[in-house]
Amino acid sequence: MLLVLLAVLLLLASGCAALLTQRSFRASAGCAVGAAVLAAVLGVIPSLRVLCGAAPQSLHLPWSVPYGAFFVEVDALSAFFLVPIFILSGLAAVYGAEYLGSYRETRSLGPAWFFFNLLVASMVLVVIARNAVLFLVAWEVMALASFFLVTFEDEKESVRDAGWVYLVATHLGTAFLLVLFIVLGSTGGSLDFDQFRVAPSQTGLLFVLALVGFGAKAGFMPLHVWLPEAHPAAPSHVSAVMSGVMIKTGIYGLVRMLTFLATPAAPPPAWWGWMLCAVGLTSGIFGVVFALAQHDLKRLLAYHSVENIGIIALGLGVGVLGLSTGMPTLAALGFAGGLLHVLNHALFKGLLFLGAGAVGHAAGTREIDHLGGLLQRMPWTGLTFLIGAVAISGLPPLNGFVSELLIYLGAFHGLTSAAAATAVPVLCVVAGLALIGGLAAACFTKAFGIVFLGEPRSDHAAQAHEPGLAMRLPMLLLAASCVLIGLLSPLAVGALAPVLANVTGLSPDVVRTHVAQAGGVLSFVTAGGVGLVGLIAALAGVRSWLLSGRRVTTTLTWDCGYAQPTTRMQYSASSFAHPLTELFSVLLQTRRRGVAPAGLFPHAASLATETPDVCSERLYGPVFTTIGRGLGRLRWLQHGRVHFYVLYIALTLLVLLIWKLG
Amino acid sequence: MNLWTDSILVLLALASLLLLGSSRIAGCIRIVAFQGLLLGLLTLTVQHGTPSLRPLALATAIIALKGVAFPWLLARVLRDAEVRREVDPLVSYTVSLLIGTLALALSLWLSQRLPLPTKPVASLLVPVALFTILAGLFVIISRGKALTQVLGYLVLENGIYVFGVGLVQGTPMLVELGVLLDVFVAVFVMGIALFHINRAFDHIDADRLAVLRD
Amino acid sequence: MEAGLTFALPLLLAPLMLGLINRTKALMAGRTGQPLLQTYHDLFKLLRKGAAYSRTTTWVFRAGPTVGLAAVLVASALVPLGGVPAAFAFPGDLILFAYLLGLMRFFTVLAALDTGSSFEGMGASREVTFSALAEPTLLLGFAAIARQTGSLSLSPMYAGLGSDAWRHAGPALALLAGALLIVFLAENARIPIDDPTTHLELTMIHEVMVLDHSGPELAFILYSSALKLWLLGSLLVGIVVPVRSGIVWIDTLAMLAGLFALAVVTGIVESSMARWRLLRVPQLLVGASALSALALALILR
Repeated sequence: MLLVLLAVLLLLASGCAALLTQRSFRASAGCAVGAAVLAAVLGVIPSLRVLCGAAPQSLHLPWSVPYGAFFVEVDALSAFFLVPIFILSGLAAVYGAEYLGSYRETRSLGPAWFFFNLLVASMVLVVIARNAVLFLVAWEVMALASFFLVTFEDEKESVRDAGWVYLVATHLGTAFLLVLFIVLGSTGGSLDFDQFRVAPSQTGLLFVLALVGFGAKAGFMPLHVWLPEAHPAAPSHVSAVMSGVMIKTGIYGLVRMLTFLATPAAPPPAWWGWMLCAVGLTSGIFGVVFALAQHDLKRLLAYHSVENIGIIALGLGVGVLGLSTGMPTLAALGFAGGLLHVLNHALFKGLLFLGAGAVGHAAGTREIDHLGGLLQRMPWTGLTFLIGAVAISGLPPLNGFVSELLIYLGAFHGLTSAAAATAVPVLCVVAGLALIGGLAAACFTKAFGIVFLGEPRSDHAAQAHEPGLAMRLPMLLLAASCVLIGLLSPLAVGALAPVLANVTGLSPDVVRTHVAQAGGVLSFVTAGGVGLVGLIAALAGVRSWLLSGRRVTTTLTWDCGYAQPTTRMQYSASSFAHPLTELFSVLLQTRRRGVAPAGLFPHAASLATETPDVCSERLYGPVFTTIGRGLGRLRWLQHGRVHFYVLYIALTLLVLLIWKLG
Repeated sequence: MNLWTDSILVLLALASLLLLGSSRIAGCIRIVAFQGLLLGLLTLTVQHGTPSLRPLALATAIIALKGVAFPWLLARVLRDAEVRREVDPLVSYTVSLLIGTLALALSLWLSQRLPLPTKPVASLLVPVALFTILAGLFVIISRGKALTQVLGYLVLENGIYVFGVGLVQGTPMLVELGVLLDVFVAVFVMGIALFHINRAFDHIDADRLAVLRD
Repeated sequence: MEAGLTFALPLLLAPLMLGLINRTKALMAGRTGQPLLQTYHDLFKLLRKGAAYSRTTTWVFRAGPTVGLAAVLVASALVPLGGVPAAFAFPGDLILFAYLLGLMRFFTVLAALDTGSSFEGMGASREVTFSALAEPTLLLGFAAIARQTGSLSLSPMYAGLGSDAWRHAGPALALLAGALLIVFLAENARIPIDDPTTHLELTMIHEVMVLDHSGPELAFILYSSALKLWLLGSLLVGIVVPVRSGIVWIDTLAMLAGLFALAVVTGIVESSMARWRLLRVPQLLVGASALSALALALILR
């Protein structure tokens, strides 16, 4: 416990130090990065200890804010979320040390490091806070710190717009959270988490409030509109942290709410599970379909975050269904899959964003259709990106497959043993996960294939070079962790047992039985994975043995006799995704602009496609325009004369005084 | 001591009333300086028995800041900004004085009805404090130049201070420091802001700043 | 012993399926056609050759066939042959099976994109589209069988699909067989989805992806596609042939007969239809998903 608080203090102090030493790039970066790494080490130790079965520790200090208290605790659920927060932020800080180096001439980096460390510290506080006021303060600090990080390059208009969208979205969510906490605290009279008492009639309302409030941060559809704007605009190490762990604080909040609202004595109604599954399906499918249509690498990754949050929601939905129907297998497997996916997604999405940052840094552009052939120029980045791509598509033997398998297992258990009423949502979960998996594989073959394979499609890409060690090392470590968790999955699931007991409220023995069963399945999977790797090695050996001593030549790719193919004649990303985007064109509403080739000897032709977010165009756009127009009628109040403004204040004051006292 | 306290309070009320009727900015600044001096003396007179070190130091600080430093700062702004030396009233002087009297009556009436946690040191304290606040607000509302708005704000702060010093026994240091810091920052910021506004627009007429609206 | 059987049989006999299909097509066209064991000859010929690589390609190109074959080999350890259980069985192995095939597809597509050629890109693009649409069908089909037999592992699931299952849930199983037939044709790049004999870029999906491979790697690819044909075929035949006598060699022979019949049926289908327009293929696949879902709904009732 103290170690975690020490880590928070260290982060805050180093942030201030970075601000003070901002004249020297090395000093401020060194301060901040060193502290982040040290804090990560300090913070992970108690978290792992709690996950391995140590008792949760808490600290309760009074605070002068009304209803507030400095009440923090590290229990299994918090510890589970602390692990990815600390690990990813430590690694991202190391990455950022070199990544931000390219900006050192144009701006001072002290604020960037200050806000980064502040962001990490606030995320840690959010996860360990046990008092609503402390929670909300930390939540708000997290939102503001990330806002300032997103608008790092604020000279670009797109970045400024993205920052605004993000700020508005996060505050809308926070508004719902305020209402949620007020309602929660009103029955018990105190805003400490352990004093919350929930009246049974309120649980439905509270669940919906939590879903919207936390869902806005997590990125459920249709509250996701800020994700594809904010994540590409931020510097890559910040995008990695935001996408990897910040949106997971939304999931943490939702799960924490579930622990208040659903106890074994009062199981949740089935419609909660249905809603979570529905939200998960829409986010998952829409997310990946929109990702397919993007041609900016980071925007594509941002939409994939929406998709993976959908998968996590599917796992949570299956778990809630298990709780409501009294099927502990379903509950354990669903929550295990969903929560493990939180960790896995943090690892591989962080890895992918860091890789995308390296690509953007080296090639100068994030436009997929201008890249290509980067694997030969950036072998390590390419390798780690490939591992991330295989992991995010949920393919064995890596970690993405493990969490999806757990969710599938839960869903299949529900299908085989439950009544028909429960079987319908889990059926949709199965079909949905299958479709999402297939589409994700399509999207990542596109992303990896077009960016890293083939020939470079522009001069920038041809001149790309491998980034330095500070940028490569975090990517390598994250890739290694993906492989490790994939192969050591039974251990990872075992570590989830205390978390599951915490979340589902089931007795630890029941949880341990189910975890053991899951562990048994996973050990088969691990055996299969090891067998796979072994076979690959063996077959590679056979191949090289066969080819040794034989004639191996290199030549050009078969080009059907074209005299002078250029690299631009390769398949482009949009063409690759075209069959699928055509299929889903109703959802995507892609806009095309271009000049078609005409005549026998065509001159220049061009094609540009743009897929703006359908929710922000069709849903939020009209709503906000109507609100704006309605409020515009009150413009006459804003005459700009200070005297009248003060007059309004004074009048109100007088009226209140006279009314109340008269 | 009650006699001293009451006299100071009466003088304060008179100063505020006079402020409402002044037509020259330099005069207004001098009135506000006088109010600062009165406030410092008030700090001393409300103490029971001989004042110890803390109230003495506080009184000195207040006289120094509100009685000397801020008026000097404002006088400098007045000189450098080359404004016309007359107050620019949006409400004429006679009407202002009438409104001031009405405000005094209102504060007397309100102070009778106001439920206070502790008994004030002098019976005149709450009405005078309220009146000073209202006077300050009125100056902000009804005078055109930015400089007079700063003065109105200072008078407002004076009124709040009177409230504080009279009601809170044992003067917790934090409250004073907070108020003083508040005022210091306000004047500092306003001084700088006024300077910059003047540089940008060649005037510091607040009502002409309405062109800046959206 | 049975476990070894289900693993060894595809390794030995899978290329024979390809030969059967080709022979059937030739006979239907009035020709004599290739010998039945031609695929074996092709494999050995390719294994003896050297290789030519494009300068654009990287290690991903060289790894593609290797990873694909390894994935299919691991998958073949999971698939039962009707009533005969597979080498490994555990709850959830059906998901591992589906995703191992997905891994193979992922690396084949990457190897295709590695060449930097538009042809491979085109094939890759179509392949990922069709397989994304075929995944839900396969998994829904598994879900239906799982619900019917109450087990989550492929071997017990298929062991439970005897004549009893057909009596209880005949229509559902028939629908399922139809859906799986479509998946079988789609995943193995057979007509009406793809034409495995032509090498015209406009008509190819699978063939065009392997255009630049040569030598032993092409042998790996050919062998893994034969294995995949066998595996998906045994899943289909396991439903259609409800022979569950309990005696290993009877069951095995029944399944082998079924598989060879499937090969002949495929050959007949390929000879009597033309390849469909690519725009209609998604409709076909979505139709297959609907069949699976319908079968599941019937079983749930």
